[in-house]
Amino acid sequence: MKAVEVRNLRKVYGTKVAVNDISFDVEAGEIFGMVGPNGAGKTTTIECIEGLRRQTSGTVRVLGMDPVYERNALQQRVGVQLQQSSLQKRLKVKEALQLFSDLYPNPAPWQPIAERLGLSASLNTHFGALSGGQRQRLNIALALIPNPEIVFFDELTTGLDPQARRAMWDLVQDLHREGKTVFLTTHLMDEAERLCDRVAIIDHGDIVALDTPQNLISTVDVETRVLLTVPEEALAEAVARVRTVPHAIRAESAGSEIVVHGSGDALPVEVVNALWEAGIQFASLKVERPTLEDVFLKLTGRTIRS
Amino acid sequence: MKGLRRLAIVEMKMFIRETESFFFTLVFPLVLLFIFGSIYGNKPSSFFGGHGAVDVSVPGYVSLIIANAGFLTMGATIAGYREQGVLRRYRATPLNPVSLLAAQLLTVLIMTVSSTLLLTGAAKAFYDLKFYGNILHFAGAFAVSLLSLCAGGFVVASIARSPRAATLMLMTVFYPMIFLSGATIPREVLPSSVQKFSKLLPLTHSVTILRGTWFGGNLGAFGSEILVLVILAGVAMAVSRLTFRWE
Repeated sequence: MKAVEVRNLRKVYGTKVAVNDISFDVEAGEIFGMVGPNGAGKTTTIECIEGLRRQTSGTVRVLGMDPVYERNALQQRVGVQLQQSSLQKRLKVKEALQLFSDLYPNPAPWQPIAERLGLSASLNTHFGALSGGQRQRLNIALALIPNPEIVFFDELTTGLDPQARRAMWDLVQDLHREGKTVFLTTHLMDEAERLCDRVAIIDHGDIVALDTPQNLISTVDVETRVLLTVPEEALAEAVARVRTVPHAIRAESAGSEIVVHGSGDALPVEVVNALWEAGIQFASLKVERPTLEDVFLKLTGRTIRS
Repeated sequence: MKGLRRLAIVEMKMFIRETESFFFTLVFPLVLLFIFGSIYGNKPSSFFGGHGAVDVSVPGYVSLIIANAGFLTMGATIAGYREQGVLRRYRATPLNPVSLLAAQLLTVLIMTVSSTLLLTGAAKAFYDLKFYGNILHFAGAFAVSLLSLCAGGFVVASIARSPRAATLMLMTVFYPMIFLSGATIPREVLPSSVQKFSKLLPLTHSVTILRGTWFGGNLGAFGSEILVLVILAGVAMAVSRLTFRWE
């Protein structure tokens, strides 16, 4: 059985079409990401799947159940982190964790979850006194309390500092190893590329592409670039050498920096080998590969932030 | 059920931790008791039909407790929870959404009963409070009053587009209501036109039945007051059903 099945999902608010006839499946055990700019329809889609909104038309099944009509049975088996939600201002972190443990039939012990999310020191803090990052971590903790088969994260790392963000990425990968299905939305392309088994790119309420990050990236015609610096006396020879490696298309130099344009994953190794064999020392090696950002740009003609 | 019980316990903690609801429901009635008790005492007086001032005031203060917790606090709490996304968060759990509202009602019930016991206990200890009625009839009057005022608070939370609007509407009704209903000031001192107007307020009828049953009246003798309270509750619930939104 598919973890999530969406068929011809459409959601209209008044005259505004938020989601326009989208269909996709999420396989059990995969990390599925929905990426796109703010207002693209990600949250509307995930909230229809969570049963918080009723679609205008189309069908949604989660673990084979209708999320609106079989709400209670479904909610026992999924964990949810909402983008916009709150708890009672004067509720302590510990009380929230205990309360949520009592709402689910087979909860995971909350203490290790609190520890993992760095909440152990703020167990007695009121929700209203938490920082944005702490609230986000508590929301993620509450999504894990049900010991869920599917975890939904809407904007997983928004409001988190870079260190906490990396910790959340590790957490998602651990959930994946435990066999849980993860459905997340993000507007951060690097997050999607790094975490997701498959990515749906959504723009103006439509899915414009859906595949593994690697396959999506391979569809764009963007060069791989290798940037490095060499001593000035070796510049001419270095440029001549790297220009002839199999996957190089051209090479340019500016000052002591060389930029090699080419394609394929082998290019950096070929460049390094060519210089090594010629005995040319180099420094500050940098590789620029096409990313999901380039995929988005190609599909929509815009960058995700514009 | 376990979830509802835990949520109700949490909501009671929230009620007590919130300064306004704690003070106005549990402390303020005692403040009134001691201020007016120290001025008028509880000696039988012809102004109060041969009863003591405290005996007459306490059932009015009970209606004040109900109005405060059921109407003002509950209305503002539900409107706030919707705006902040608290209702939304609990809807994304196996909890029946109605449990959120049931937990509020349970909290108000327990807080108003506790406050009433505290108030009557203090009045008994310090002013020799006398109860002349049948406790079951008084409890019935209490229940009808609570139902009606909670429905009133809930309909405001349903209609209001924001917590600010809700608070404004609640205050606009609440303040005239506590002064015109007889809950704090005897209705007899008000001009007759104001007394007529006060019949539109649920709290007026609540004061009548609470005070009536306190002094030995049979609940059945207050059919018209009870009818008004039940109709107001019914209308409020019907309007809420049409207008209430979870977010």
